[in-house]
Amino acid sequence: MSTMTATVPDQAGSMGTVRNWKTPIILSVLAVFALVVFALGAPANSVTFRLSDPSDAVVLTDLVLSAPVTGWICAVLMLAAAVLSILEVRAGRRVPGWLVAVFSVLFVVGFLTWVVGSARTPNVALYGLLAGSVTLAVPLIFGSLSGVLCERSGVVNIAIEGQLLFGAFAAAVAGSLSGSALVGLLAAAVAGVLVSLVLAVFSIKYIVNQVIVGVVLNVLVSGLTGFLFSTVLSADADTWNSPPRLPVLPIPFLSEIPVIGPILFRQTIVGYLMYVAVAVIYVGLFYTKWGLRTRAVGEHPKAADTLGVQVNRMRFTNVLLAGVVAGIGGSFFTLVSVSGFGRDMTAGQGYIALAALIFGRWNPIGAFFAALLFGFATNLQYVLSFLGTPVPNEFLAMLPYLVTIFAVAGLVGKSRAPAASGIPYIKG
Amino acid sequence: MKLELKGITKKFGTLVANDHIDLMVEPGKVHTLLGENGAGKSTLMNVLYGLYQPTEGQILVDGKPVSFGGPGDAMAAGIGMVHQHFMLVPVFTVAENIALGNEATKAGGLLNLDETRAKIRRISDEYGFDVDPDALVEDLPVGVQQRAEIIKALVRDAEVLILDEPTAVLTPKETDELLAIMRQLKADGKAIVFISHKLREVKAVSDIITVIRRGKVVGDADPDAPAAELASLMVGRSVSLALEKAPAQPGEVTFRIKDLTVTAANGQRAVDGVSLQIARGEILAVAGVQGNGQTELTEAILGLQDHVAGSITLDGEELVGRKVKDIINSGVGFVPEDRSVEGLVGAFSVAENLVLNRYDQAPFAKGLAMNPARVAENAAQRIAEFDVRTQSAAAAAGTLSGGNQQKVVMARELSRPLKLFIASQPTRGVDVGSIEFLHRRIVAERDHGTPVMIVSTELDEVLDLADRIAVLYRGRLMGIVPGNTSRDTLGLMMAGMSAEDAETTQTDAAQPDAAGTDSAGGDK
Amino acid sequence: MSIHRPDDGRSAGSEARIEAKAEEQRLEAAVETDDGRMAPPAVPPSAQSGQLYPEEAGTQPLLHRIMASETMVAVLAVLLSLIVGGLLVALTNEQVAAASSYFFARPGDLLGAAWTAASEAYAALFQGAVFNFEGQTFARMIYPLTQTLTVATPLICAGLGVTLAFRAGLFNIGAQGQIIIGAMLAAWVGFTWQLPVGLHLLLVILAGLAGGALWGSLVGLLKARTGAHEVIVTIMLNYIAIYLVGFLLTTPGFQRPGSSNPISPQLGGTALYPPLFGDTFRLHWGFVVAVLATVFAWWLLNRSTIGFELRAVGANPMAARTAGIGVTKSYVVVMVIAGALAGLAGVAQVAGTERVLTAGVAASFGFDAITVALLGRSTPWGTFIAALLFGAFRAGGVTMQTNTGTSIDIVLVVQSLIVLFIAAPPLVRALFHLPEPGAVSPAKTGKSKSPAATGGAA
Repeated sequence: MSTMTATVPDQAGSMGTVRNWKTPIILSVLAVFALVVFALGAPANSVTFRLSDPSDAVVLTDLVLSAPVTGWICAVLMLAAAVLSILEVRAGRRVPGWLVAVFSVLFVVGFLTWVVGSARTPNVALYGLLAGSVTLAVPLIFGSLSGVLCERSGVVNIAIEGQLLFGAFAAAVAGSLSGSALVGLLAAAVAGVLVSLVLAVFSIKYIVNQVIVGVVLNVLVSGLTGFLFSTVLSADADTWNSPPRLPVLPIPFLSEIPVIGPILFRQTIVGYLMYVAVAVIYVGLFYTKWGLRTRAVGEHPKAADTLGVQVNRMRFTNVLLAGVVAGIGGSFFTLVSVSGFGRDMTAGQGYIALAALIFGRWNPIGAFFAALLFGFATNLQYVLSFLGTPVPNEFLAMLPYLVTIFAVAGLVGKSRAPAASGIPYIKG
Repeated sequence: MKLELKGITKKFGTLVANDHIDLMVEPGKVHTLLGENGAGKSTLMNVLYGLYQPTEGQILVDGKPVSFGGPGDAMAAGIGMVHQHFMLVPVFTVAENIALGNEATKAGGLLNLDETRAKIRRISDEYGFDVDPDALVEDLPVGVQQRAEIIKALVRDAEVLILDEPTAVLTPKETDELLAIMRQLKADGKAIVFISHKLREVKAVSDIITVIRRGKVVGDADPDAPAAELASLMVGRSVSLALEKAPAQPGEVTFRIKDLTVTAANGQRAVDGVSLQIARGEILAVAGVQGNGQTELTEAILGLQDHVAGSITLDGEELVGRKVKDIINSGVGFVPEDRSVEGLVGAFSVAENLVLNRYDQAPFAKGLAMNPARVAENAAQRIAEFDVRTQSAAAAAGTLSGGNQQKVVMARELSRPLKLFIASQPTRGVDVGSIEFLHRRIVAERDHGTPVMIVSTELDEVLDLADRIAVLYRGRLMGIVPGNTSRDTLGLMMAGMSAEDAETTQTDAAQPDAAGTDSAGGDK
Repeated sequence: MSIHRPDDGRSAGSEARIEAKAEEQRLEAAVETDDGRMAPPAVPPSAQSGQLYPEEAGTQPLLHRIMASETMVAVLAVLLSLIVGGLLVALTNEQVAAASSYFFARPGDLLGAAWTAASEAYAALFQGAVFNFEGQTFARMIYPLTQTLTVATPLICAGLGVTLAFRAGLFNIGAQGQIIIGAMLAAWVGFTWQLPVGLHLLLVILAGLAGGALWGSLVGLLKARTGAHEVIVTIMLNYIAIYLVGFLLTTPGFQRPGSSNPISPQLGGTALYPPLFGDTFRLHWGFVVAVLATVFAWWLLNRSTIGFELRAVGANPMAARTAGIGVTKSYVVVMVIAGALAGLAGVAQVAGTERVLTAGVAASFGFDAITVALLGRSTPWGTFIAALLFGAFRAGGVTMQTNTGTSIDIVLVVQSLIVLFIAAPPLVRALFHLPEPGAVSPAKTGKSKSPAATGGAA
């Protein structure tokens, strides 16, 4: 009656294999694309990358690359990387992160050489390209840091766009009225907090779906600033909408370093604050008591609650803090980039910041680099339209969005959101 | 530290979860709260731990009244709790989990995890816990996670330790280790509140037993009292769980599993080379401690698992690789282990839930169009047949009690011709009255000539229902034994001993004591 | 534990036993939900099933029930938002500003000016949205109403798309992109092909449906195959759609011959929706299509097996999967249908009102569709009504801006406030001191903590 199939189990617990082919497939497709476009489709000429401005204190010689040679090298290496990733997965291992990173760098180099090489003037100022990228990335970085603060504590922040826009608006108005850019900066932070306050009250206190609140807040801020812009600001732009610019404060000596000098040490206050914010939030999140609690509240709020951490208060303060960060980011638009507010001037940057946050895997440093990449893509589009490129502008403009879709579809591996992000905590 | 609860009442709206409960917990004693699922034990402990505020009543520490606004206050007062569902952040290390809420910091607000690590090592050494402070919690086995939970309380200098159903997820061996730890803590002068409904453990470790039923203290009992007496105190009326069922009359074997291996998403082999078969008119119970591959086994049969190797045949047809819908339509009835998550759509009406896997078949639908009248008709019939207590067929299933939800799931699965019936934890969290009813329906399905597979972590349920018992341990089959196999043999198998070894060990030991307590389940 | 009938005289009588059992079950249910074992729903509970709240009828007085009802909250939310909007209009009005300079001398002037500013704006809004009192003919009088219906047409279609996706648990922020791609294909068929009357329009509609469905299916496929979050994917696809149509409008296939602007040729006459009430009104047959789409969406959701699957997947994907419903397949199916409905909105634009394709063809309908769906509580007819309301705001807003100089942006403010307030009934109830639903005595809400403070801050 009873069949005995008893075996002695080994204590280790045996491992089976689950293969995930997503990454190898994406890498292979991209590598083949590179082979066809960057290598086979390479222009015959060479490409000049200028590394420093002739007027700089230290002048580096230009970097001249042959487009076909560079294209072939990149394509072959990428193919090799793709094959390696297939082998890794075949062997039941995961594709290592460094391989994807190396692949990405090769892709960027290959693309850049091909696209600049194909332009009417195959000569580009690399230092300008990079510095411009950082400048364009500033609001994105602030925005995604705001997202990091919220989501790490368990609140989805779709309202980054609204925070940036309201920050920009407040900075313009307060800056104009007071005549001081610093007052504008302060007002921007306050404005960001106001948006955050609504987000926090509705999503934490009234437990409204966080995505809904975020989406609606963006509309609200757009309507409110648009209304005030057309009724008040436009009527008397001198009083209301002519804020002073924040001055660039080059750090003597350091700002003269070629390539990285202008990026790191020739910034406005907002630019420096950005670097500070990335560092502070990174250290804070992973090495302090506040960070431990924040992450716990975002991962397993009930566990945090049973240890006496006040979950909703923690979330509330973090969302408000996120408002400060994003608000300051918003001031970039009216105090640094252009002098004055324009209707819907953030133009969806808040959503790209959201993408950077996810691409950067909810990590401040990751978000920083993701935002830089997006800034780079945008700046490349501007620069290339001057050089006269074969790629239509619109496609370059699409690049960040396409990259994001690839990213969320699994190129960067399984990006894991904080477990409790988006889920309200209801006590007892 | 002496802890006293006086007249604690906790109401949720109009429902009274705790009704004037008095309790006195003394140092150096293990004080057991005995009660059925849903009797109000956990609610009481959540009140004591500051997670809920009592509607009425007082908590006294060393004779002085205290009030806990939150768990922080309770911990400060020296109360620690090990929750039934561990309160550990899976992506944190042990040290991070233990530091949380009680962080040691260096200059500049930076975390000082070294201090926490040292504390963990100290406690770990003292009690022989062997817990690595830098291991990620999600990588740890359940037993070790539980020790981390205990350390969490001890680090905070808990004098009173509440253990809420701590043995539910442990193997018999791990359970024995936990009981030893409890004795050691007791010897150190800690007061322990032990919440359980498992009489054997309760009898083994308790100094005092307080029985709770339907939110009220029924009375105190002596640990030496016979199990039957404790049980009747706990359930409040004479119960006969020993099901009256006729001996099985197995027919031809129609369901076969051969060399089944299921690989989980993390690469672990959740089911490892399992072969078994079930005949028509026979109940095979799959026993084992929670998390030893039972879930994956049943899900693989239903086509819910992705990485399955081996063969599963029903009436000679291969099921592996087929769609869930095909498998259901080919006559497999399935009651999943967590009804509110997998069995029901809580927001759907009872009527909709009763056709959840047949909504697109006649007579409920013709082409794409559904027939609401037929859905309602079906609901009225099933509700009457299975005695589902609901306001109406249109009420959301989520508003029903656990027992009635389970009846809805059972009614759905048993109301069509089946070639195989699988029920996972068919009576978990279900009140006693419904258990009897559900068990009778399962046996009726067997007598109807259907092969039945029951998965249960409750040995009592296994022994009540099974004609044969298969024991799983770490995804492997330890053997298939007759339905009247002794509880101790099964316990050994559940801890990873093969059937033969378990039998021999049992015969060698021949403990009259154990036999006396436990013969009750099997042989009626 | 197995027990042999312990007979200690504790067994109660059978009646008492049933009673006790019922109590135990209720208790268990309460404790179970309280333990947080039931995950909070992704959409408002009322959106998932019509009968979630058991009838309280008979136990409470009628007035109390009305005051506590959801409809009451909705009405008050609209009222509250209008008040806030009115305040904003008043605050930024020049006459009001002038009167405020001598507020302490004649406070009446300020209040009067504020009232005039706000009421005039809203009167103009009403006049532009519903009924024109100053119209000479009947046609001129009801012209605003037809304008409202015209504007509401794309909102209804796209709103239905968002609603359906929402019910399947997907947050479709991508209606904008789906409208654009739908409009793009529809317009192309409209201005490129020469076909007989009837057939041409039919093909235009089909092309629009196909375009939207294609764009929606990308979201569904990515979600189903890779688990990519639909909020991110839809946002990204919106931008890609905008740049794609922007690019195409610079190519010979799409750009109007002889024009250097990114604008397509006019659609052929046979490709257009005929006017519904003659040439006097802009209202076209697209509105009838939108009504049919609403009926279809209602039927699909509540009476079809596909709808059953979608709702099951949206409410509890795990249970749906266990019941043999293909969750990933449902994601694709719902996004195809949602996209097609948004594409229909694109058709309404190019074959109804705009008659050409530009990069701005979707206006902000895709985003308004989200608020419309939310306001409509994710039911097809709710969405329909919400779209009419928002259509009225938009149509009236134009008149308001021309007649009183009040910027149409105020409409956005009012709309978003409505959605916020409706999403938070406790806030509205607290502000108006309404009773909670199911609360026995209205006095109980009086005890809830200071509502004004939170409301004011918000």
